[in-house]
Amino acid sequence: MTAPATQTDPVTPDAGIAARQRRLRILARADRAVLEAALAALPQQPEWRRLKQPETGLAMVRARAGGVGQRFNLGEMTVSRCAVTLANDGKMGVGYVQGRDRRRAELVAVFDALSQDAAGAQKIEQLLIAPVEQKLADERRARDAKVAATKVDFFTLVRGED
Amino acid sequence: MYVAVKGGETAIGNAHQLLAEDRRGDPSVPELSVAQIREQLSGSVDRVMTEGSVYDPDLAALALKQSRGDQVEAIFLLRAYRTTLPRLAVSLPIETGSMKVSRRISSCFKDMPGGQLLGPTFDYTHRLIDFALEAESTPQAEGKGQLADHLPQVVDLLNAEGLIERELPDADDAAVGDLTREPLMFPAGRDIRLQNLARADEGYLLALGYSTQRGYAKSHPFVGEIRSGEVAVEIDIPELGFAVDIGDITVTECQMVNQFMGSKSEPPKFTRGYGLAFGYAERKAMAMSLVDRALRAEELGEDITAPAQDAEFVLYHADNVEASGFVQHLKLPHHVDFQAELTLVRTMRAEIAAANADVELAEAAQ
Repeated sequence: MTAPATQTDPVTPDAGIAARQRRLRILARADRAVLEAALAALPQQPEWRRLKQPETGLAMVRARAGGVGQRFNLGEMTVSRCAVTLANDGKMGVGYVQGRDRRRAELVAVFDALSQDAAGAQKIEQLLIAPVEQKLADERRARDAKVAATKVDFFTLVRGED
Repeated sequence: MYVAVKGGETAIGNAHQLLAEDRRGDPSVPELSVAQIREQLSGSVDRVMTEGSVYDPDLAALALKQSRGDQVEAIFLLRAYRTTLPRLAVSLPIETGSMKVSRRISSCFKDMPGGQLLGPTFDYTHRLIDFALEAESTPQAEGKGQLADHLPQVVDLLNAEGLIERELPDADDAAVGDLTREPLMFPAGRDIRLQNLARADEGYLLALGYSTQRGYAKSHPFVGEIRSGEVAVEIDIPELGFAVDIGDITVTECQMVNQFMGSKSEPPKFTRGYGLAFGYAERKAMAMSLVDRALRAEELGEDITAPAQDAEFVLYHADNVEASGFVQHLKLPHHVDFQAELTLVRTMRAEIAAANADVELAEAAQ
């Protein structure tokens, strides 16, 4: 599937898509309180219009038999989404988050919209994306270490026959 | 026969008030919060999400609070709630091979790359009641070491000889059956069977899986791999024209490997059964994988001799919302039905009595 490049990114379309995918992946994992705090910390409060009203629905989660084989429908998950456009420059942003918090979806869409030019993207990166990414990585590392500590070390008992 | 019955509104209202009061229990005991249920009764939450077929821990916790901990009732609440929501997307297939694992073991392969990770397991506990839990505590687990970035699924990785059958993907444009959209029909493809089993009652699957081990289907299972952990869910975003990862869900996967002596059409090899469930649901995933394998009997040319191999029997009775609805509807007023049956039984008895009297008269006359 091809996609239009983000409007003013001076980068290749694929790199623009990859950057936006990364941003949305991290934003989707940010707590609502973190998103609200980042919004409040902006020097200028953005104004936006809803292109798509915040909405909660379901996404069917697909899986594969054996992890790699025939597809099947495992079950659904709740998802909230929103699409906005900024009042000052008309840039568009979308937010999709797991769960039923429509405000989170709207805030993700706003930050996505604010990241649609290079200067905005850099600002939001420093204010929100990088710290959340760091926090997620720290949590992952701490969890992984606890799991790694449960690794079984097998040893063989040598029979003293000689 | 169903006949509309009026009346009882006041009694029903009062009954529901009494239920609410009983659900709350002794008011001098602090009320449970939904967050407490979500965090501290996650085993119940995971089962309600899996069988309610909606991943949302807060919603499942709330349903458990409302059902006073009755899991099947909570599952029913979740199923009812989902009908109020629109379907916004279908995810790309989750990649369990890229799971951020919390647990990963194999009973077939001791030295698997990445190692055996026990994770948060009840295995090897002594199942002695821990009276220390009567007091509050905040346990801390030790962290030591790192996990490999990628932990490959061992059944496929260690199958160089090809003695274990391979699971092959379907065509990208092939239809994937969906029981939330279409009724169950037979013959049911593996996609439909796996969806049905994923939503199926855990106790029912456990009993059926157990039956296959006890000889009711030729099953010689080994755990190829069990893994639990987080997988990312990606969905195509129509506004963007590409897929975005919108969050992680916790799932448990079981790859069961079964000895297979071969059939007229297939040489001896190992075959596979698959189990997958939301949350930490190892018993469910294992039971599901046993039943999935048993239901492949026809495809593999095996004789169908056992209940767990009978797709119609297994799949028609697996859903506890349907089962509990049909069993429990017997409580509803059947007054007219019963009156009709009473009349029928009276008539039959009268006819038999009259016939007997005729025989006695005839015998007496001889």
